[in-house]
Amino acid sequence: MSIGTTTLKIDGIEVTVPEGTTILNAAKANGINIPTLCYLEGLTPWGGCRICMVEIHGTPKLFPACATPVNTGMEVITQSEKLREYRKMVVQLLLSERTHVCSVCVANNACELQKLADELGVDHVMFERNWTSQEIDSTHKSLVIDRNRCILCTRCIRVCDEIEGVHILDLKNRGKDSQIIIDLDQKWGDSDYCTSCGKCAKVCPVGAIYVESEALSETKDKHIAEFILSRRNR
Amino acid sequence: MVTAEKARVATIWLSGCSGCHMTFLDQDEALIDLAKKIQLVYSPIADVKVFPENVDVTLVEGAVANDHQEEMIKFARERTKILISLGDCAVTGNVPALRNAWVKSDEAVLKRAYIETADVNPQIPTEVPELLPKAHPLHEFVKVDYYIPGCPPPSGVVNYVITELLAGRTPNMEGKSKYG
Repeated sequence: MSIGTTTLKIDGIEVTVPEGTTILNAAKANGINIPTLCYLEGLTPWGGCRICMVEIHGTPKLFPACATPVNTGMEVITQSEKLREYRKMVVQLLLSERTHVCSVCVANNACELQKLADELGVDHVMFERNWTSQEIDSTHKSLVIDRNRCILCTRCIRVCDEIEGVHILDLKNRGKDSQIIIDLDQKWGDSDYCTSCGKCAKVCPVGAIYVESEALSETKDKHIAEFILSRRNR
Repeated sequence: MVTAEKARVATIWLSGCSGCHMTFLDQDEALIDLAKKIQLVYSPIADVKVFPENVDVTLVEGAVANDHQEEMIKFARERTKILISLGDCAVTGNVPALRNAWVKSDEAVLKRAYIETADVNPQIPTEVPELLPKAHPLHEFVKVDYYIPGCPPPSGVVNYVITELLAGRTPNMEGKSKYG
């Protein structure tokens, strides 16, 4: 083993990656796809959605691939019946937590949660839905936040903080009561610091933040953070 | 369930827009092949008054939103071997269940629909089935065997599920479960 690299097994395949690489990126570099939702290339991993959970040989615990660095000799399993069932359950919990009605959503056909449900075959939700009626803020001149559709992935918070460098978005409360807030929990239209850059809408995986009267398929740009970082680091 | 005889198939229309029945009809020429294998024993597009006994497959469109629909779906379940939730309203509640998010009383719903937003002759209808406090997906009332999400589901997926079931196979819904 050369210095600065780690050799491990992913799904039985031996791979060698730079030290400190996450399991997700090690898998990706070797053509192995692990589904993700809150993860976004270019932003600090959050590990909150639990879609990318993987098994590691020798421990009964599951690990989020996006936030777990590789170790020498590690044996990672990314696809199993157990993981499939867990991932399906995570999607069901997300769909039942708030009000997700794809047919009337701005993100219909451009939604990562909808796509994931399709790919995993989540053809129904076994939990009773909450049917929330949380605050929708449309006071900003172009950006709208509908908290009923939010899955609390925090991509918007991270892109606002780490890429735009403004950090006007953050979280309040805990658990199911968690909410995305603007500044110190005020109306978006009253925010003096929002630069109206719209990156929050570009990275929102669902239809929670969107640009008024613009198709979300036009707005969305999963590669925005990665792209800006690559230009900065040139 | 493969028999020499035709399979007995029924369709039910609860709180939905009929779009899922449209999608069933939208199978186009595939309906001709299907017609050789099935007998439609109950449906909004067939003039049968009472849901019959010994039904092999029942496709249900729509959410369960009133007491008549609740009774209807329980009755149909008892008489059906394979019950399928067809479309987002039956699978998730979808549009009929949007009222769940903002109001919990049927009075307020009726007032909103028939008084506040009425252009002419505002009045609350009488002698109609009583609304349930919430609109529900089918599987919150009865056991559902298969689910076909979509608003409406693609007719190809509807055909795939029925064809697989008639052939005695289990449909695989991965990549065929898009909501909306």
